[in-house]
Order: sequence, then C-alpha cells, then structure tokens
Amino acid sequence: MKCKAIVIGGSAGSLNAIIEILKEIDNDIKIPIIILVHLSDDYDNELPKLLDKYVKGIIKEAEDKEEIKENIIYIAPSMYHLQIEDNLKFSLLYSEKVNFSRPSIDVLFETAAESYNGELLGILLTGANSDGAKGLKRIEELGGYVIVQEAITAYSAIMPEAAIKILKKPKILNLKKIGEYLNGLMK
Amino acid sequence: MDEKELLETEEIELELFLQAVYLKYGYDFKSYTKKHIKRRIKRRVKLDNASSISKIIEKLLYSEEYFKNIILKDLSINTTEMFRYPEFFKMIREQVIPVLRTYPSVKIWHAGVSTGEEIFSMAILLKEEGLLNKANIYATDFNIDVLEVAKKGIYSIEKVKKWTKNYQEAGGKKSFAEYYTAKYDSVIFDSSLIKNVTFLEHNLVEDGSFIEANLIICRNVFIYFNNELQGKVLKLFLDSLIKGGFLGIGSKESIKYNESKEKFNEISFKNRIYQKKYLE
Repeated sequence: MKCKAIVIGGSAGSLNAIIEILKEIDNDIKIPIIILVHLSDDYDNELPKLLDKYVKGIIKEAEDKEEIKENIIYIAPSMYHLQIEDNLKFSLLYSEKVNFSRPSIDVLFETAAESYNGELLGILLTGANSDGAKGLKRIEELGGYVIVQEAITAYSAIMPEAAIKILKKPKILNLKKIGEYLNGLMK
Repeated sequence: MDEKELLETEEIELELFLQAVYLKYGYDFKSYTKKHIKRRIKRRVKLDNASSISKIIEKLLYSEEYFKNIILKDLSINTTEMFRYPEFFKMIREQVIPVLRTYPSVKIWHAGVSTGEEIFSMAILLKEEGLLNKANIYATDFNIDVLEVAKKGIYSIEKVKKWTKNYQEAGGKKSFAEYYTAKYDSVIFDSSLIKNVTFLEHNLVEDGSFIEANLIICRNVFIYFNNELQGKVLKLFLDSLIKGGFLGIGSKESIKYNESKEKFNEISFKNRIYQKKYLE
C-alpha cells in the first residue's frame, strides 16, 4: 500500500505518548503527520510549541484551507473540528461536538480516509472515550493501514480497546514500536 | 459494491444532491466545503432510515416542507455561544470602540448570527461603552428559524456558567446576571438590548450588499466556504464597509488566500480583526 499521510489521534494521556513516538523519528519527515489530541476546551493550542523540541523538521498548527505538505507535522487546533478535503487541504469546522469531542478524531480520520482514498496510515493511542474507533474502521475499510496502541501500555485503555473491538486486523504496538515503524516509513 | 466503489458512487450522489437543492430551491451549497455537507447528509440518510443519498434527493424534490424543515436545518450550523473567544470582544472594546465613538451614529452588521448569542454579546458591550443608543445593528442569517430564536433571547440556563466566565474574560464591567432573568431552566435576556437590532434574512452566497457599515462581524461562517466563495464574500464585506470600517472574523479563519486582503490593515491577527484601508 502507498502511504500518503499519517493521522494520529489520542485523548487522556496521549501527550506523553505523542512525545514517545516523535522521539523515535530521526529520519526527515517525508510523509505528512497529522496529530489530533483532545485537550481541555481552551482556545489556544500550545502543542506545536511544546512538541517542537522533539521534532527535527517543521511542526505547526493546521490552518483552514491550508494545503498539506509532505515534510510537515501538523497539529489540530483546539475548539474546531479538523477535516481533510478532497483537494488535500485542511478545513476547520465550528459545529457541534462529535463523541463529546471537538476536535473529534472520527471526523479527522473519516475525512482523511476518504480524501486519501485509503492510502494512509491511522494510529489511535491512549484515551478514555471511544472517539476514533469508527474513523479508524473507515480507514481500514478503504484499504488503509491501522495501528492501535497496545492497551496494557496505554494510560487509559478505553480508546484502544474500543477500536480493537471493531477492527478486522489492526496492528497492535507499544509506543516505541510505533515510533520505530514511522521512522522506517520515512526512509 | 466494495467500499471504494461505494465511496465513488456517494460522491456522485452528493453532487446530484447539491444540484437538486440549487435547481429546485435556489440555495447554493456547492461552494461549501464538501466534507461537512456530506457528513450532515449522511446523518440525515441514517435518521430517515433511507438506503442512499438518492432516496433523500427524491424526497426533497417532491416535498418543499421536507426541504425547508429538515434539509435546510441540517445544512445550517448553529453552534455558538456568548462572548465566544473572549479576547476578541476585549480587543473590540479596546481597539474598535474608541474609533466608533467618533461617529455620530454607527452601523454594525452581524452576518450569520444563528441563534443570536453574538448579538447579545455585542449589545451588552455597546451598552457598557455607552454606544448602544447610537448603534443600528443588522443581524442576518439565511435560516429564518434561528432568527426567531435570536429575537426571543431565551436560552438554556446550563449555558450561563460558561458565558459568565467568557463575559468576565472579555472585560465585562458589571455582573453578567444583570442582563438576564432566570426562570425555571431558562434565562431570558433583557429585550431592551436588542431594540436597535433589525433581523433580516440574508444569504451570503447569493445576496448582495445592503449597508455601509462601520463594523462587520462574521465569525465561523466563512470557514464553511471554499476559497472561491470566501473571496466573493470577502469582497461583499469590503463593499459593505465604510473606509476605515472594521471586520471581525473567527479566530481560525483567514483572509490570506484572498485578493481583497490587500484592502485591509490588520488590527489584531490573533483575534482576526481587520480595518478597511482609507485609501484605495
């Protein structure tokens, strides 16, 4: 399978998980990574600043109508849903919450799955609700690749378990392995 | 049909749906960002227990009631709150109000006001700054049902806690509770706040300019449009502002992909407040 993008979602405890993963990547970024972490309902997202020191290349907040570039790690802004349109540009949406979440991982994953026509990798990490499971399933349905964080290694196992339950053949890995896998993809 | 083929078919149905809505009722959603529209339509397919988008197309073509009462509402977004992104209102208070004060009367256009929370926010701010009586506010939306909600000013009491916090962060000068009366599980806002507000049906996609405003506020509407339509609407705002008039948009919205951006000065990038240049 061709992998044109990597989408990563997580909730409770996932900030540390993201750091663990990013630390493993020392090759240059060649496939865009789009990260969505549930945060408290705060207007400003400090994540790009916070994660910058763990990243070799460019990390920035995803902007409305921004074209997705291959060598960039994008962070979903807080308070808005993040979608990927068919022209592979981001769009933001201020609408009702999905799975009690805004941004919602399902919204990002489902739109990414369809816009990349299945040629992508979806990764779901630790979290205390079931957002992301359906989105990951959509990626799998369209022929994409899916990885779920090994539940026993997760800060909260609810999110990974919800996904594993409905997926056909997820790859289940711990954080270090996920990071190594991504690093391998960037070669 | 496998999932990929199904997806392709759905994309065709989505185009047909938008075309049907446009040809039959004149509402043009073709330039909205597709993913959001698709999500709403697929939700409707599920709620109606329909087997495909095509079935919904048939229904909307043959029943105006179904279109007006169901589909049109599905396609309009009404998520809003009072003093949303409080810093924006603080900046309006500090940077824009002093300029508005220099005019004998001011016109303000709130486009896409939905259920009116932003109208009340602005009215409260103007009242505290002593400008409410010389302001004429035009509140528009393409969905007339939401405007009816706005006119009543009745909201669920659950929301008030968040709004009070927002109000304080926005630099509110009083106690927020002075502006509403609580009754059972609702609050009703002081109707004198909106005595100078004119509520109008207006569709940013099709309708033209009707005003020369000192300030236009349109937050989180723009974001549903593709680049081309954004450009068209930004031009409409430009034409509807006096020279030196202000424009406030949503905190994640951007005018940077549009030609008309050259005609504006940036007052606050973070809060997305712009001022139309005095010179062409």
